[in-house]
Amino acid sequence: MTSAAGTLPDNIVYFVRALRRAGVPVGTAQILEALRAVSVVGFTNRLDFHTTLRAMIVTRAEHLLVFDQVFTMFWRDPEFLENMITNLLPVITAPPVDPLMEPARNRAAEAMASGGGKPRCAPQQEQLEIDAQFSHSDVEKLSEKDFDAMTAVEIYAAETAIRTMGLNLPKVPGRRYGLAANAVQIDRRRALQGARRSGGEMILLPKRRAKPRRLNLVVLCDISGSMTSYSRMMMHFVHSVAQFQGQSWAAVHGFTFGTRLHNISPLLTIKDPDAALRAIGSHVRDWEGGTRIASSLGDFNMHWARRVLSTPSVVLLITDGLEREGIAKLESEMARMALQTRELIWLNPLLRWERFSPQAAGIRAMLPYVSSLVACHNLDSLQELSDSLRNGLHADHKKRLIGMLK
Amino acid sequence: MQQLPKSIDKTSELLASEGYVADRSLATLTYLSLTLNRPIFLEGEAGVGKTELAKVIAKGLGRDLIRLQCYEGLDTSTSVYEWNFAAQMLAMRNGVGEADIYDEKYLIKRALLKAVEPHASGPPVLLIDEIDRTDAPFEAFLLEALSDFQVTVPELGIIKAQEPPIVILTSNRTREVHDALKRRCLYHWVDYPDFDREMKILTARVPEAKQALSLEVVAFIQKLREEDLFKRPGLAETLDWAKCLIALDVVALSPDVITDTIGAVLKYQDDIAKITGGAATRILDQIKQDMQALK
Repeated sequence: MTSAAGTLPDNIVYFVRALRRAGVPVGTAQILEALRAVSVVGFTNRLDFHTTLRAMIVTRAEHLLVFDQVFTMFWRDPEFLENMITNLLPVITAPPVDPLMEPARNRAAEAMASGGGKPRCAPQQEQLEIDAQFSHSDVEKLSEKDFDAMTAVEIYAAETAIRTMGLNLPKVPGRRYGLAANAVQIDRRRALQGARRSGGEMILLPKRRAKPRRLNLVVLCDISGSMTSYSRMMMHFVHSVAQFQGQSWAAVHGFTFGTRLHNISPLLTIKDPDAALRAIGSHVRDWEGGTRIASSLGDFNMHWARRVLSTPSVVLLITDGLEREGIAKLESEMARMALQTRELIWLNPLLRWERFSPQAAGIRAMLPYVSSLVACHNLDSLQELSDSLRNGLHADHKKRLIGMLK
Repeated sequence: MQQLPKSIDKTSELLASEGYVADRSLATLTYLSLTLNRPIFLEGEAGVGKTELAKVIAKGLGRDLIRLQCYEGLDTSTSVYEWNFAAQMLAMRNGVGEADIYDEKYLIKRALLKAVEPHASGPPVLLIDEIDRTDAPFEAFLLEALSDFQVTVPELGIIKAQEPPIVILTSNRTREVHDALKRRCLYHWVDYPDFDREMKILTARVPEAKQALSLEVVAFIQKLREEDLFKRPGLAETLDWAKCLIALDVVALSPDVITDTIGAVLKYQDDIAKITGGAATRILDQIKQDMQALK
């Protein structure tokens, strides 16, 4: 590192700091490695210097562009760099309030105002019992109520209910094996290992079975105008499912679409539901706008399906299916997506009407390709989806509707 | 044992001597990897020459190439070592004692163990191909193997590489590989080559191709990559196609020839239908115009 002496190491550190501000995560170890690499390559050729730093610092293709821009800005003008850093310094020493923390703070404040402010004279135990009963009956009442018709208070209660719901899934046999007493397949490796211990005599025949593996969940959620009253609830639902990641799903990927497709998977990892929803709200630009289901699905098939559906996956498609144009394209995109998924489940809030029939062209085009069609307009229907996924039995409207089509 | 290249230019020459036309940044990366003993992580679309780089480095330096093709469910017994139980059993029946049964002659060595063993021609090139096809448990296992270049066989102890192997990992990005693994490597995104580089590569790899035909092929493929296709053709497809055309004694591209041989370039029925249904003629006309303009 001695050959890279002088101000270069400092500058690299400043540069990395600017990069981090631009959203590229860089570890300290990477900086040290980068300094070493620069000292090996030398600081003579701008292109080599650029490549060296990039190879050491960037680990994801989507960060390459950011890196290149910051690099150009940074190493063009050292004065500019100085200014930039001095401008940055006060921010670093006194970090602003983390916007992600705000909703949590709001809720804490609310809790203090409602709970903490209550007079303490009432006997506490009795109070608690009454509270529990009330909240229980609240959920009972809410569960059949359509999300569309809820008041703000009821919506808040429903959100809380959704948060604790989760979404259990079926497990499928994986490619790794584990010991199982009542399996059929003999674990030859272990049997021979055991025989070696007993001097070459096979006494036990251990059995093995494929260990169950978890599936990936991919959620595609329509957020166009016609879905307005449901999309917020659905976002809560998706977030709560994503928070259960690792317990029931191998990975959860989320996408929203209205007129364009947005990947919201990174935002779903934010723990606080309100903060996550706020982040999604500012990331996604086409809330409550028009809808272009076919082109959004096409975009998904083209750019994302190959990355998120390469391992066995369940796809939840949340949309009312009210597509006006490009029915042929919609059909071909649905066909392509169905080929790549283990199960393609369509959640449609329109099923809230008892006498719903598949009249719209978009719905008729999509229906044959989904493996099942489930309602999603109230808490009950979501619970039904959760239960049916686990049990492999679907409260299936698909057969009924396909029958109607014929 | 052949010396490692001493500069980026020398690395470039080494790769070129084996017919691999690398751009400056890939040469820099290779040089860094050889000097700092860091694995290279190559990501990019299928058929842009990721695997080829490993082969070329191995050939250029005269090292052994050890290839580990990844798939889901890859584990220690298929990637590191396995005891030959059947042979051990037979040996025991013939009176070989418990202590002698864990001998190297009953050890079946797999890719990773082979890579850390001493080789006569120097540390080998270890190619871990299509890492995105494997699963998270194997990635986690690789973390240890790649940072210390050692593997553990409980019955024999730790086997550590005296000189670390040259490691190259490739990924088609069908799945996001964990950052912890990438961070231990030099990352490089391999893009489709531009016109000049693709021309150079085609000349180096398929020298029997006539200049005029090569120009047409490369121009056509470059234009094809701008079309709205489900899978854009890679470099491998360019080379394949050129070879196909030579085998058919084609001297110049025409819509008929393209329709007959497009299977070498496009691998999805939708894409083929799109291109043979009119787009081919349009692109061909455009190329001819461009070439006229150049003359």
